Amino acid sequence: MANIQETIAKQFPEVEFAQGETLELNVPDAKWHDVAAALKNDFGFDNLRALIGMDWGEELGIVCYLVNSKTYEMIRVKVVADGRENPFLHSVTDLFTVAGIYEREVFDFFGIKFIGNPDMRHLFLRNDWVGYPFRKDYDTNPTLNPVRLDHEETEDTTVEYVEGADGKIHKEERVIFAPEDFVVNIGPQHPATHGVLRLRTAVDGEEIKKIDLYLGYIHRGIEKLCEGLTYPQTIHFTDRLDYLGALMNSHCLCMCIEKALQVEVPRRAQVIRCIMDELMRLNSHLLAMGTFCMDLGATTMLFYALRERETILDIFEKTTGARMTFNYNVIGGVRQELADDFVSDVKKLLEIMPKAIKEYNQVFTGNVIAKNRMEGVGVLTPEAAVAYNVTGPAGRSAGWNYDVRRAQPYGIYPELEFDVVTCTEGDSMARFKARITEMEQSCRIIAQLIDNIPEGEICAKVPKVIKLPEGHWFQEVETGKGAFGCYIESTGTTSPWRMKFNSPCFCLAGVVDHLCRGQKIADLITIGGTLDYIVPDIDR
Amino acid sequence: MQDLSFITHWIDNLFRVVLGCPDWLTVTLECVLLGVALLLVYAVLALFYIWFERKVCAAFQCRLGPNRVGPFGVLQPFADMFKMLIKELISLNHVDKFLFALAPFLVIVASMMAFAVLPWGNGLQAVDFNIGIFFLLAVSSIGVLGILLAGWSSNNKFTLIGALRSGAQMVSYEISISLSVITMVVLSGTMSVQGIVHAQDHCWFIFSGHIPAIIAFLVYVIAGTAETNRGPFDLPEAESELTAGYHTEYSGMHFGFFYLAEYLNLFIVGGVAALLFFGGWMPLHIPGWDGFNHVMNYIPSVIWFLGKAVVITFVMIWFKWTFPRLRIDQLLSFEWKYLMPISLVNLVLMTLVVVFGLYI
Amino acid sequence: MEVTTKSMPYEDWKDNEYIESLVNELKASGTNVIVGSLDKLINWGRSNSLWPLTFATSCCGIEFIALGAARYDMARFGWEVARSSPRQADFMMVAGTIVHRMAPVVRRLYDQLAEPKYVIACGGCAISGGPFKNSYHVLKGVGEILPVDVYCPGCPPRPEAMIYAIMQLSRKVKVEKFFGGVNRKENQKEFLKNHPISETTN
Repeated sequence: MANIQETIAKQFPEVEFAQGETLELNVPDAKWHDVAAALKNDFGFDNLRALIGMDWGEELGIVCYLVNSKTYEMIRVKVVADGRENPFLHSVTDLFTVAGIYEREVFDFFGIKFIGNPDMRHLFLRNDWVGYPFRKDYDTNPTLNPVRLDHEETEDTTVEYVEGADGKIHKEERVIFAPEDFVVNIGPQHPATHGVLRLRTAVDGEEIKKIDLYLGYIHRGIEKLCEGLTYPQTIHFTDRLDYLGALMNSHCLCMCIEKALQVEVPRRAQVIRCIMDELMRLNSHLLAMGTFCMDLGATTMLFYALRERETILDIFEKTTGARMTFNYNVIGGVRQELADDFVSDVKKLLEIMPKAIKEYNQVFTGNVIAKNRMEGVGVLTPEAAVAYNVTGPAGRSAGWNYDVRRAQPYGIYPELEFDVVTCTEGDSMARFKARITEMEQSCRIIAQLIDNIPEGEICAKVPKVIKLPEGHWFQEVETGKGAFGCYIESTGTTSPWRMKFNSPCFCLAGVVDHLCRGQKIADLITIGGTLDYIVPDIDR
Repeated sequence: MQDLSFITHWIDNLFRVVLGCPDWLTVTLECVLLGVALLLVYAVLALFYIWFERKVCAAFQCRLGPNRVGPFGVLQPFADMFKMLIKELISLNHVDKFLFALAPFLVIVASMMAFAVLPWGNGLQAVDFNIGIFFLLAVSSIGVLGILLAGWSSNNKFTLIGALRSGAQMVSYEISISLSVITMVVLSGTMSVQGIVHAQDHCWFIFSGHIPAIIAFLVYVIAGTAETNRGPFDLPEAESELTAGYHTEYSGMHFGFFYLAEYLNLFIVGGVAALLFFGGWMPLHIPGWDGFNHVMNYIPSVIWFLGKAVVITFVMIWFKWTFPRLRIDQLLSFEWKYLMPISLVNLVLMTLVVVFGLYI
Repeated sequence: MEVTTKSMPYEDWKDNEYIESLVNELKASGTNVIVGSLDKLINWGRSNSLWPLTFATSCCGIEFIALGAARYDMARFGWEVARSSPRQADFMMVAGTIVHRMAPVVRRLYDQLAEPKYVIACGGCAISGGPFKNSYHVLKGVGEILPVDVYCPGCPPRPEAMIYAIMQLSRKVKVEKFFGGVNRKENQKEFLKNHPISETTN
């Protein structure tokens, strides 16, 4: 790390350094692209994990987290834009492909325009939306943005801001779909999009030429809402992001707050959280597998998968009282003591699961039609996985051996024995199989813990009124879909100044176009199903 | 074997002799009667299949299936039909109105005409052409026209893709169906439906026709499943890709026609398979077991026919709820690269079998 | 007249007053014998064959899948024929949050449903905006843009609650009158008049 600081300081004397959780760089906008290039090419920080728009009150800007895909080191970069009226920043889309949609998100919410991003359109909000909602001075007057029942116009062109040789910035028009393209509108209400995702798809016969992604059909503004709530109140939102990773998401937020408060979580709570996380992962993968098979036409598999899922939900329900939105993790530990028959129920589940997995493989995985539909479809290379920031089972099956549980260990995962499931094919079959193997690994983790739940407190003593010190924290966990991150910036009050949920599904949705080009329409369903994105998690 | 033609003779006699109707009136009245009877059976069978499929798939999926409306939910499809009959028929603005309205009728008329020539029982058949099976093939291919028109006239991209898929699929698989039918015609030596049944008097073709008959049967069942647009070949209406395929824009009874025709086509494919390979309404006869054959003869021929058709369609429903869907290119290459060459070779094989008298 | 469904005693229902008021209205308007029995037949068909539109935006949608699965099995009631095309569906279960960008789409889906059509607002978000009601981008209930027939609370509602909601809808359908009079068409027309689509682009 010291090495990076020295070299960068030599190359770019304007860059300021600080040491927080990670090495922190404060880069002026003019040098941002060059610094990013140096970090990527010289130090291997080739994965843009998060690009977070910020409004510090006086000034706007972005905070980036870059990860070295080999050594898993992480650094933070802060870039501030000039002024609030018409802020511009340089784009890093050419270095990190995923920056393309991250920057569109920031443009949508903060109004920062990125020079060199080939597509500066709204991503989440309507074209005719007034104002930038995440700015602190956003006018919430409902008459400005009433509920409109007219349909927004679909645009076939976009703009790019280009910096001329003289430093002047001008707009250039870019074509998304040419008039002769046969564009099929898939979504937002479509059975295969797993929620309200809209994909405008240009097809040539049955072959896909291009996909244009429209988000925001379930954008609920959770991050903005959090800014008006106290820390304990924000936790319930995490259950409603990726509702199939509810416990893992809230685990992430709680850990982030605990890190800021420097609270030690009792060991019993740690173990419970870990078991719950893995049960949740089973739940998530089961549903992902089931709905994917249904999309492929094998409806019966959905019902087989849901049969086991109900058993898991029963276990949750006995302890937490809910089937989907649990509110189980609280700051400092967990909310309730385990149900009396928790241990025996989980053991029963562990007995069922291997048989069930065998059955799934018999019914579906070994089927010749299923093989033909999945093998070689939507091949993701490890380089593309890093560039598009595809984490989780999808990234690992492409050959990028990244699992937050190993890369940035948290909780009691370092003590546990499990394999990070990695394959090299990168096609839909690999993604599908990776999920099944991960279910086996989850069972293995649970089996290690279930007999060794220590006695003790389930929740640490935390102050009645929770105030975080001034500062910023970033915490990641591995959910069923990938690396879920939580970023908190605090000014020392009871509510966050900015809270950002960095969702894995957002990046998964961003890679759909790349994977689908040249494939058939039916493969879009295969690819979407094996990527397994949850739309409310994309939109937040 | 009891000859059920006494019923038709009795009715004919009633009109001509008892009521003293002239010839033209008798024929007209008989046609009307026959039409009504066929329509009734058609509707009841379609509703039965709707119920049957829902129950069977529920059983595969560890569920119960309809059980609230009537005993075992048997009235469920009737409730569905009543609702569908009075549901709004949405008239759309940007469609070809005439073709849009015509398409569902084409589909249902095609399946009804094919339905009419099935051999229901000994002496129970609307018309016994000398080219019955040929007629059946011909009329059942009108259905694809209805589907193409439905998809095209709806002015919707999903329906258009669905219709084109369906066109490609049905036209291709028609070849395999025809070839396997011809294979069996070679064996039976006649195209008349009753003639084919009678040719299996002593032994069903699936047993007597050696290996070529079994191959033809497998090809026929696969191609027949594809012909009815059912899973794993349900691409034209692939829910997860094309919403509801070619009938996305149809509502109310127009949709009801597609829905009924789908299930009836299932029955027709089952019925034709029963006719060609399992002796139609002919009871199970094993040469030499006279006592057994005699007992079998007591079961009415209608039950034999329906039973065989239902068993074959059950297998096809089983396919649907087990296999995932094929992709369009895989579907077509399966037909053109495997099924069609196999059936061509099979046709030659069968000819050899017949020429050398190798069949039983 | 006690309006109930199979194996559910009348006393176990909630909101019996509302159904009774509909029944009284039905009686007050008087019916002719033939039309009356025809109505009964039609209502029997309609109330027993409610096909949902596959429409879900968030968590409630997953519970809706669970409703179709083996444990809850909505097929028992004949509701499992979930149609993806709104033209063929009977009711729309608004399962999940409806946001500003989605609102025109939901409204269009509703307009595309063929009559008779019904709406169930399922879950806190669809009823009132739920936990997100303070957001700049969330509708305070789908009732703002659609005439809702049944509200089903919960976050998300349990599958049992969903079954109850659809059964209530089925009960409401049973006291309709096909030929004018007691049906929700009048309210529906009034509602749609008050909530126009500002300009139609397509």
